Amino acid sequence: MINSAHAGTLESSDVYIQINPIEEDIVEIELHSSVAELYDDMIEELIRDTLKEMGVTGINVHVQDKGALDFVIKARLQAAVFRACGTVPSWEEQS
Amino acid sequence: MMKFRRSMLFVPGANTAMVCNAFVYKPDTVMFDLEDSVALSEKDSARLMVYHALQHFTYKDIETAVRVNPLDSVFGHLDLQAVIRGGADIIRLPKTDTVDDVLDMQSAIEKIEKEIGRTKKTKLLAAIESAEGVVNAVQIARCSDRLMGIALGAEDYVRDLRTQRTKEGTELTAARAQILLAARAAKIQAFDSVFPDVRDKEGFIREVEHVRGLGFDGKSLVNPNQISILHDIYAPSEKEIDWAYEVVEAAAHAEKNGLGVVSLDGKMVDAPIIARAEFTLELAIASGLIGEEDE
Repeated sequence: MINSAHAGTLESSDVYIQINPIEEDIVEIELHSSVAELYDDMIEELIRDTLKEMGVTGINVHVQDKGALDFVIKARLQAAVFRACGTVPSWEEQS
Repeated sequence: MMKFRRSMLFVPGANTAMVCNAFVYKPDTVMFDLEDSVALSEKDSARLMVYHALQHFTYKDIETAVRVNPLDSVFGHLDLQAVIRGGADIIRLPKTDTVDDVLDMQSAIEKIEKEIGRTKKTKLLAAIESAEGVVNAVQIARCSDRLMGIALGAEDYVRDLRTQRTKEGTELTAARAQILLAARAAKIQAFDSVFPDVRDKEGFIREVEHVRGLGFDGKSLVNPNQISILHDIYAPSEKEIDWAYEVVEAAAHAEKNGLGVVSLDGKMVDAPIIARAEFTLELAIASGLIGEEDE
């Protein structure tokens, strides 16, 4: 990852995700959710799994969740990562 | 039983709440949009959103279409890669002017389907939005066995005609007639354009009654509140259902007894009338007025 980037909105049912590169080879997650803390672990796991699939580390992820479904969080995170890398998904590789 | 597509609800791909909730309103087809309703800066994010939504369990039991960007734009092929892989049932081609527009899209879809080993053929819906498209509608409607229908896109069409939309819809008369005839000649479905003023319920009702009377299979919609109104207008009346039952029963009785001619209340009932009666009963089922076991 080379840049900071963001995706999503603060509207209901959505999530706003800001990502920033960090020097350490880890994934830092700051989660602020408007829904019950009950889902915090699930959201964090989803974010870590998605970043693992994409092979991304050395990243700080700031999440403001407005009650987003899991696929919304995944889509927004992927969009932020692709924006940070200045690339688009390589769909052929996912076949 | 034929697939009824009375209501095709546009869902902007960048509107998360709509993407998540559109299935709740039970349109016949949910039509995710990656084209005009999505800002250039959000095309990438909306594409990913729709890709994931298509695979979500909430959309497993409802038909999904996606309006992609034109293939000659920088977004078109990326959209297609995402939504074919996501499992869209139908691709809506924007601005279909010629047969080549359809064949190019078909070829791009076939390539992706082959890459991913998808055996179910993605269907095509061609949106006709220009004078050239209307003039070519007959050839367009017949050019691909993937086409399930053609649709009028009125906003761009009236701009192309150098006029504007009116409540009366006079400016759409020629296009509606041509698109409907082309679709019927090719034995595919025909869809009317959106009615954009969501606050004008009376105007919407008038327009739906008009296009239903012309013979359109359905209409693109921009607001979920329009769905139930449209379904009510398309639903057959009790009198029509009773008539359809009588025709179908009379036809069945005649067939059972080896009678060549069917008669009902002194009137001859021939094949087109039987077909219309069967269509009425299927529509009554789709409208939730009778159960399938009642047919």
